[in-house]
Amino acid sequence: MSDHPGFIKKYIFSTDHKVIGIQFLISSLVFMVAGGLLAMLMRWQLGWPGQPLAFMEKIAPEGMPGGVMVPEYYNMLFTMHGSIMIFFGIIPLLVGAFGNYLIPLKIGAPDMAFPKLNALSFWMFIPAALIVLSGFFLEGGAAASGWTAYPPLSALKETMGIGQTMWVAGVIVLGFSSIFGAVNYIATILNLRAPGMTFHRLPISIWMLFTTAILTLLATPVLAASMVLLLLDRTLGTSFFLPAGMIVNGEMLAHAGGQAILWQHLFWFYSHPAVYIMILPSMGFVSDVLPTFARKPIFGYKAIAYAGVAIGGVGFMVWAHHMFQAGMNPALGTTFMISTMVVAVPTGVKIFSWLGTLWRGSIRLRTPMLHALGFISMFLIGGLTGIFVASTPVDMLLHDTYFVVGHIHYVLFGGSLFGAFAGITFWFPKMFGRMMGERLGKIHFWLTFVLFNVVMFPMFVLGIGGMPRRIYDFTQYAGLVHFLQINRVMSLAAFGLMASQFLFAFNFFWSMFLGKKAGDNPWEATTLEWTVPSPPPHGNFAGPVTVHCGPYEYSVPGAKKDWTMQTEKSLGKGH
Amino acid sequence: MLLPESASTYAPRVDQLFWIILGITGFFFFLVQACLLLFILKYRDRPGQKASYVHGSTLVEIVWTVIPALILVGLTIASQKVWAEIRYPSLAPATSLQVEILAEQFAWNVRYPGPDGQFETPDDISTINQLHLPVGTPVKIHLRSKDVIHSFFVPEFRMKQDAVPGLPQQIWVEASKAGQFEIRCAELCGLGHYRMKGFVTTEPLAEFQAWLTETKANE
Repeated sequence: MSDHPGFIKKYIFSTDHKVIGIQFLISSLVFMVAGGLLAMLMRWQLGWPGQPLAFMEKIAPEGMPGGVMVPEYYNMLFTMHGSIMIFFGIIPLLVGAFGNYLIPLKIGAPDMAFPKLNALSFWMFIPAALIVLSGFFLEGGAAASGWTAYPPLSALKETMGIGQTMWVAGVIVLGFSSIFGAVNYIATILNLRAPGMTFHRLPISIWMLFTTAILTLLATPVLAASMVLLLLDRTLGTSFFLPAGMIVNGEMLAHAGGQAILWQHLFWFYSHPAVYIMILPSMGFVSDVLPTFARKPIFGYKAIAYAGVAIGGVGFMVWAHHMFQAGMNPALGTTFMISTMVVAVPTGVKIFSWLGTLWRGSIRLRTPMLHALGFISMFLIGGLTGIFVASTPVDMLLHDTYFVVGHIHYVLFGGSLFGAFAGITFWFPKMFGRMMGERLGKIHFWLTFVLFNVVMFPMFVLGIGGMPRRIYDFTQYAGLVHFLQINRVMSLAAFGLMASQFLFAFNFFWSMFLGKKAGDNPWEATTLEWTVPSPPPHGNFAGPVTVHCGPYEYSVPGAKKDWTMQTEKSLGKGH
Repeated sequence: MLLPESASTYAPRVDQLFWIILGITGFFFFLVQACLLLFILKYRDRPGQKASYVHGSTLVEIVWTVIPALILVGLTIASQKVWAEIRYPSLAPATSLQVEILAEQFAWNVRYPGPDGQFETPDDISTINQLHLPVGTPVKIHLRSKDVIHSFFVPEFRMKQDAVPGLPQQIWVEASKAGQFEIRCAELCGLGHYRMKGFVTTEPLAEFQAWLTETKANE
């Protein structure tokens, strides 16, 4: 690479892990805004079923003729909301953006092991998203069989149009992007650590990204394979997921010999680990942020690190807890209930260890810390509500109701996204050399925290009351009409929650150019990325890096300052 | 409060588990949130506040691993007992009453075998979206699907079971009180999913028998 690469080479087709990380960051945030706007349309329909929304007639003349939503369009909205948020929002944000940006900087490496593969990973992610989204502009509209795409609904031309085919194709492309990224992370963490950076001196965020990469590498090929089978069922008339004797629109279909539930096993074999792919990195960021702002070593470093690995390992054995009522042998339900209960133990260990980190600290309530504390508080609810649906009999009532919608949003928004906000606000000064506006950051946190709870907490009540998810007009059911008022309140809060995110976007771009200069180490933190300039130059480190102590040496007795960098020798016992 | 009314013999057993889990998770919810709030208030970085240099405590870590593990073992055993009772075919109550529910986009086809106890015979009794069940007698339900996956969900029974094409399911229910309840499809099945609604009427055995006779006469 020349010393002065042109704009395109430097910012577009770069192989620098930092540029690729920021590319993933900004594009995933853009996709999340899109996914959020789809959710707003759903909230409109749920709060005011069948009421016209005049301006939507121009934007989606077929989905909302006269501004009134049709059922097919509602199905597309929740399908694409889930798909965008999971595949093109949270996973690329947590894994693509932070994995790329942080791994080399935090382990003392000049770049990723395979920089070109890294760039390819990003440049497969963008087309994948465009292919999936293209469904909105094709005949019959976008995929509408849910982000879980259960066949036969998703597999038949009679029930789903070309948009579903594009969805499948796009997810296959995305799968390769994820696999390339995972190979890269694993190779980098195993081989490019600076001298002295032993595994037990790695920041917890790197432990979690490493575990995530292993999950991605082992699980994504299964997703890709099952998507290929679904594509064959859709396009070439095979019957992997299609049994004999189906009658659709009065005609007996020619398919025979397949098994609809097979898809669910394959899909959840990827998608349950994917839930951990979406939460473990955030757990890592929070584990980096808490000690920094509590000025205290993390409580139980090894317990937190190995609990994360355990969550990843057991996470491969819990997939069929999504299928307790799906028609599999009830004895299998028992097996998966046991493994699911087991996974709650390491999760609890982490939460208690974070509390232990705060105990007798000296807590600085800056914006990243607020988001990290918000993460603990909200992820706790996500975790605890998981125990209800882990219990097979209670799941008979709660499965596929709003209780599950609430549960997943407390995990993925309350958990993953608050963790991501903590991460963005924490590493923003390193990425762009400037501080984010603190005041605006705090206002954004409090609005998000309060409104999020007003939107999501009532979902538990709706679910327990028997309201199924993915319902275009729940007032069809006499027994659910009394939930209309509460849905209106949720919708209003959702509009406020969405609007609050533009405060964050404004703060992000304003601070990028006009924020206060950050300096190398604005948070007085200890890990390697804070030893280099902000933003770090190409190649990251000016000279050889040697690591002498653990990642969280705060408030070491006898030390001159209350933080000891990993490049310094610690006077304490944190080796 | 919170839960829908209960109208099957196993609903109270499910509800009991629900309340136990709510109690336990509620306790940990308040415990953790209270500690969080307390620590934030107590250990703010006021002048003179100094953080302790502590890396952990093996004893404390063992305690907060083992106690939740024991609680979860208890919950698993309690859940398994109820699950087996409701779902294991070997433990299903013996009964001669049967009904077949064939789900399709977007309706519930209900069929009773009639006096001969056999399906596919001339004395079968068929309805659409109207399921009648006697109170106090277990009924075996044969659940099938004609096209895509649907899910038979009656909140008041605390029963949900997917209807899967090519994979017939058997469940049972014993209604515990008379009334009318909704069948809500709980698995996305296409554009009419939201209106795939049926009704369950639970009534005394004599009325149920009379309804069967009357329905047959009107066919």
